[in-house]
Amino acid sequence: MIAALSLPHLLLADFGLSAALLAFCSALYAIPAALRKDARWLASARHAAIAPFGLLTLAIACLEGLLYSGAFGLEYVHAVTSRAMPWYLRLTALWGGQAGSLFFWCWLLSGFSALVMLRNWRRERDLQPGVTIVLMVTLLFFLGLVIALENPFNKLWVAPGGSVSAGTLQPVGALPFAPADGRGLNPLLRHPGMIIHPPMLYLGFIGFVVPYAFAIAALVVGRRDDAWIRVTRRWTLVAWMFLSLGLLLGGRWAYDVLGWGGYWGWDPVEIAAFMPWLTATAFLHSVLIQEKRGMFKHWNMSLIILTYALVVLGTFLTRSGVLSSVHAFAQSAIGPWFFGFVALLLCVSLGLLLKRWELLRGDNALDSWLTREGLFLLNNLIFMGILAACLWGVMYPMISELFTGQKVTVGPPYYERTTGPLFAALLLLMGVAPLAAWRAGAARRLGRAFWKPALVAGLLPAGALLSGITQLAALLGLWLAALVACVTLYEFYRGAQARARITSSGFWLSFAQLVLRNRRRYGGFTIHLGVVLMAFAIIGIELFQSETQATLSYGEQLSIGKYQLRYDSLVEFPASDGRVITRATLNVTQDGRLITQLFPRRDFFTDSQQPMTIPAIHSTLADDLYVLLVGWEPAGAGGATFKVYVNPLVNWLWAGGLVFIIGTLVATWPERWELQTAAERARALHLPARSVTRGV
Amino acid sequence: MTTTPEENTTATTRPARTRFLVGGGLLIAAIVYLILTTAAGTSTYYYTIEELRARGGTAVGEPVRISGAVLGDSIVYDADALELRFTTVNIPGEQSEIDARGGLAAVLHAATTDPRAVQLPVVYYGPRPDLLRHEAQAILTGQLGADGVFHADELLLKCPTRYEQELPQQSAAR
Repeated sequence: MIAALSLPHLLLADFGLSAALLAFCSALYAIPAALRKDARWLASARHAAIAPFGLLTLAIACLEGLLYSGAFGLEYVHAVTSRAMPWYLRLTALWGGQAGSLFFWCWLLSGFSALVMLRNWRRERDLQPGVTIVLMVTLLFFLGLVIALENPFNKLWVAPGGSVSAGTLQPVGALPFAPADGRGLNPLLRHPGMIIHPPMLYLGFIGFVVPYAFAIAALVVGRRDDAWIRVTRRWTLVAWMFLSLGLLLGGRWAYDVLGWGGYWGWDPVEIAAFMPWLTATAFLHSVLIQEKRGMFKHWNMSLIILTYALVVLGTFLTRSGVLSSVHAFAQSAIGPWFFGFVALLLCVSLGLLLKRWELLRGDNALDSWLTREGLFLLNNLIFMGILAACLWGVMYPMISELFTGQKVTVGPPYYERTTGPLFAALLLLMGVAPLAAWRAGAARRLGRAFWKPALVAGLLPAGALLSGITQLAALLGLWLAALVACVTLYEFYRGAQARARITSSGFWLSFAQLVLRNRRRYGGFTIHLGVVLMAFAIIGIELFQSETQATLSYGEQLSIGKYQLRYDSLVEFPASDGRVITRATLNVTQDGRLITQLFPRRDFFTDSQQPMTIPAIHSTLADDLYVLLVGWEPAGAGGATFKVYVNPLVNWLWAGGLVFIIGTLVATWPERWELQTAAERARALHLPARSVTRGV
Repeated sequence: MTTTPEENTTATTRPARTRFLVGGGLLIAAIVYLILTTAAGTSTYYYTIEELRARGGTAVGEPVRISGAVLGDSIVYDADALELRFTTVNIPGEQSEIDARGGLAAVLHAATTDPRAVQLPVVYYGPRPDLLRHEAQAILTGQLGADGVFHADELLLKCPTRYEQELPQQSAAR
């Protein structure tokens, strides 16, 4: 007798699949309904666009139930969970594999769609059909892929010959089959950073669908005004924040788990997630110019389209076998579909853009490079330069094979050398742009504002030079980062000081009011400060990382930098979840004083025969002492080998990331006047309510 | 990208417009130059083990990237010296060929059991990666030594057999 799925599991799986199918139908119905020029049909389309969220929530709940209770008769549950895994890992295994993560994608997308339908419905009435259609087409595409090609509800079947297959429907003559245990999630992915990193990245990716939907809808109806772009900007900021957070958490995971003290490896998959971030960052800057001066309209539209295309391309690159990468990409049949989808969306979007070209002419013209808008343009060009470098590097093997028949690849040195100077140029712009005036650009005036912070910032590299640092790249980097810090902090100080004078209140109260009343401006500056901290960290770890290795017996020491490490003992013991842990104890002293004990270890997962090296880290603001246990003699003999890194300033990276995210939150939070209803605003302005609904 | 921001400058006076076009053009040219020269200077050929062997003596010392299947029995790790030696076996380089033979897991398994497949000994200095095991796919960057051993500077491993989601792991000699 072969074990089969239990009845509750069978019901859950079929119920979940049915809910997913219903969601698909509902989204499908919403498209023709939205095309009808009739308010009641449109209202119906709106409901049909909200419904998939409820239905997919049910389906996700079913899948979570199956994962939690170990329904190993399902292909997906069997592939990503096992009995030995704790409950929270069984739940987060939802995005541990291909089918589940795509399904999770769909659910998040339906959530965003519902949110748009609920929140932005009243305001941009003429955009509603277009927005609804774009969102639902995207949902249909991804949900269709899941249902047809990567179905997480697929059951396992065993044929009379004994061969096991997976599918939704029972093959003729086959019987349902439920293995006693699953294969379990890869131990390397059992890290808190890895548990929240994918959802953040997905939220970021999917968030960019909404700005794209608004942009396309605005192109379709031929909107002349920029009101829609305000809605779009907020959504872009939200998506951008999640994407930034996802990238940061991925870096932290790599630092903790991959065991070489690196946080970013210029891996194709990392780059795939980084590229939409670049275009979105460029957009967030240049959209300011459109709002203030009515310029760069074609450009902004192109950036929104490009960002979305890169999101879909990124999903495609990570989910197909095109690139060789450290990251996961199960080979599967979905590649060509993605390629077709990207091609289609680019054709349609660019066609629409060309059709509305005249309508999007700028209201003003650029006068000089040294104006605020001129420098923003420069900033955009440099962001595009970094994007081009990334794109060229990722595509290089394919392009070279096309033309020479031989695959040629580029690695981290290529990316470091091309993007390094461009990042430095961005830092310089970050320091100069806040000093430049709108419209009128005069070199002399800019020079007058620039020399003081430039000089003050020079103190830092001067100090570094005195302490023996002679690398030109480090000195230049330190000067640039210090320059941005000076200019940005001075902007805060100047604003608060002026406000304190006018309102005659205290400095810190004025400071808080200043930030709260101008959230975008000062949120943006806070983000710049986060970037400064990260720049310091990157200079530290990239240029000044030191490493050593040694085989020690009990009681022996090794030293690195200011630290001495004494190897005291090695123990081996089994853990409750089937791991065997080998753990060394090291006493760390600095200037003869004991500062901490470190326990680098190696876990061996017996069920998957997979070892996992877990570094021990002593973190301070100055540096990280990062120790790996890389080998040992059989028990009792005592000798063990350690690889030790000192990573200067690396914690500034995480601190900078935190400041960065806080800044984004400040910039995203709605201002008070935006929270007022149209009626309240009209009352305040003594206008009829209708005339101001468009304003926001 | 169908547009450049310069196109918004319809009302700009002619000298200003020229300034923008020249400045932007120079910047773009500089970036393109930087990208192309760096790519040419840092690129490495991606060979299969068979192709590398076929190149004979000319391949010695040339920076290349190769990919092969790991033979589990051949792994020798000297933890004191952090010296890792193992043998890799040729697998096809084309994704389409791998697909045609039943996917990466099947190709790796077939390679390790084929006595006629071309082999290549590898040496790598560094900690033994957690994912180094029999039938893993090794992607190696380095150069072939005169001794016929491949000296890897970077070692990247994937194990498609065990989990649906392949495993990320990278070791880099830095």
